[in-house]
Amino acid sequence: MVGIPLTLDLVFIWGPTLASIGLSLTQWRGIQGINSNDWVGLGNFEKLWSSYPPFWEAFKHNILWFAVLMFIATPIGMFFAILLDREIRGTRIYQSIFFLPVVLSLALVGIIWEMQYSQDYGFIDAVLRTAHLPTPDWFGDPSINLWAALVAASWSHVGYIMVLYLAGLKSVDPSLREAAAIDGANSVQTYTHVVFWVMMPINVVIVVITTIQSLRAFDLAYIINRGKNGLELLSVLITNTSLSEANLIGFGSAIATVLLVISLVPITAFLLRMNQDDQG
Amino acid sequence: MTDMTATPTPIRTVATPVRRPHPRVRWGRVALHSFLISMCVVWLWPLLWALYTSFRTFGDVQHNGYVSLPSSLTIQNYIDAWTQGDLMRNFIQTLAIVIPGVTITLLVASMIAFAVTKFSWRFNVLVLMLFTAGNLLPPQVIIVPLYHIYLAIPLPEFLSDSGSMYNQIFGILFINIVFQTGFCVFVLSNYMKTLSKELVEAAMVDGAGVFRIWWSVILPLCRPALAALATLEFTFIYNDFFWALILIGKGDRRPITSALNNLQGQFFTNYNLLAAGAIMVAIPTVFVYIVLQKQFIRGLSLGATKG
Repeated sequence: MVGIPLTLDLVFIWGPTLASIGLSLTQWRGIQGINSNDWVGLGNFEKLWSSYPPFWEAFKHNILWFAVLMFIATPIGMFFAILLDREIRGTRIYQSIFFLPVVLSLALVGIIWEMQYSQDYGFIDAVLRTAHLPTPDWFGDPSINLWAALVAASWSHVGYIMVLYLAGLKSVDPSLREAAAIDGANSVQTYTHVVFWVMMPINVVIVVITTIQSLRAFDLAYIINRGKNGLELLSVLITNTSLSEANLIGFGSAIATVLLVISLVPITAFLLRMNQDDQG
Repeated sequence: MTDMTATPTPIRTVATPVRRPHPRVRWGRVALHSFLISMCVVWLWPLLWALYTSFRTFGDVQHNGYVSLPSSLTIQNYIDAWTQGDLMRNFIQTLAIVIPGVTITLLVASMIAFAVTKFSWRFNVLVLMLFTAGNLLPPQVIIVPLYHIYLAIPLPEFLSDSGSMYNQIFGILFINIVFQTGFCVFVLSNYMKTLSKELVEAAMVDGAGVFRIWWSVILPLCRPALAALATLEFTFIYNDFFWALILIGKGDRRPITSALNNLQGQFFTNYNLLAAGAIMVAIPTVFVYIVLQKQFIRGLSLGATKG
């Protein structure tokens, strides 16, 4: 009952994970069978660190991606949830609208925002043009396209966080709020002194999900410009180096290994919380 | 506030909203609604703009620019995008992945969740962790070896015309099931932990086999969680861009979301066609979301909270 799916999970998920680590120590090009001549030890990592500028670019972009989602989009989502977690007219409609972008794939989000951002055909530059303002190439100019992409990513992330947080807020014991109100706390104080702390488990989940989302970011950058020219991300670098004409499998696997090691941080946090709940 | 102090509220009653006694203009509320409405306009704007663009003619926007009142509106873009992009084929490919994908994922995941929550077995925690963690990995971490595994695995002719898993709809269906099972196992096992053990024990006393109990006791009890997950998984698998982008080399063989990559290249000089194509790709998930909103949100909440 568990055996077959478990085997498949091990063979097709965990096997390739370990294989990525193994391949990162080689210079295999994927053409012939792998042999001992391909072994390069930590050579790929040395190259990544010292002589492959896109790696640090991508690394920086992933951090920025995380920072924007974590410190801008996530708080906005939480703020929307707090506003909407009350008896206000139309709360369902507001929720539905903020959540709508979440049901679209990020590839589609990229295309929809291209219609805002395009220099020749987009809405924003058309407006700027009539106002005789400069019309930047939002998705093309490497000094700004990451920010433009992050606006699109946040558009989708905010609704996601809002829904998760709303679910958490609904599960907070109402008597806690009442007690705080009786003690004379206003709604802001009730939130900052009581509700936020009671919701610690959800806060952890939200941080974990936001971290994982920013490590997985791929579709948006890929659909905009194949993740090049200002939109380098670790995830796209993996496919661009090892599944392209270059076929630098060992090198790409080294990047995959770096991404794996970073991912283990939020994954471990999530698993720890899972076990804690089981015991508690 | 008075009503709250007056009634000694028993714990865990319905949430007591803060109501003010007299109806009057509440400026706080007015400000709140103005803020929320303006945010909604900002949020809807990119979609509305794409929708508007999709109904305009190429000649119209060439002449008047994209930001202009329409001289005429048309659905011709939809017809053209559908036929020129050959979207029918991509949509059929998507169906061939999504329907069996969601069904098999839920069946398999519910079995695993049942086994790890209802039977004490030494490796329960480890199994649960392997599935959950596997789903949390960025897919790019495993893609390079997976790509080569796909090229190397021989498949019989009725499943594959290339003789391997690569370039096949079956391959995409397969990896979606394997990957998504992790998430569903996690959610379903949380859900099953809240069900009482006695039902299973009673069924065992009655002599029912393990499969029988799974099928006729557990599955019906899990219906709410399964409905929520089905809605969510439909969207996840429909929206998958990555697997088919890498594991299928030809655009015309890809499911619709991955085919967006080709569509964008093909229509990149005509945003009216691109917008019409994008709207058509958005319709299935938006439709499911509107109709099954509750399920959708419950699915997400089940993943984040307990029970």
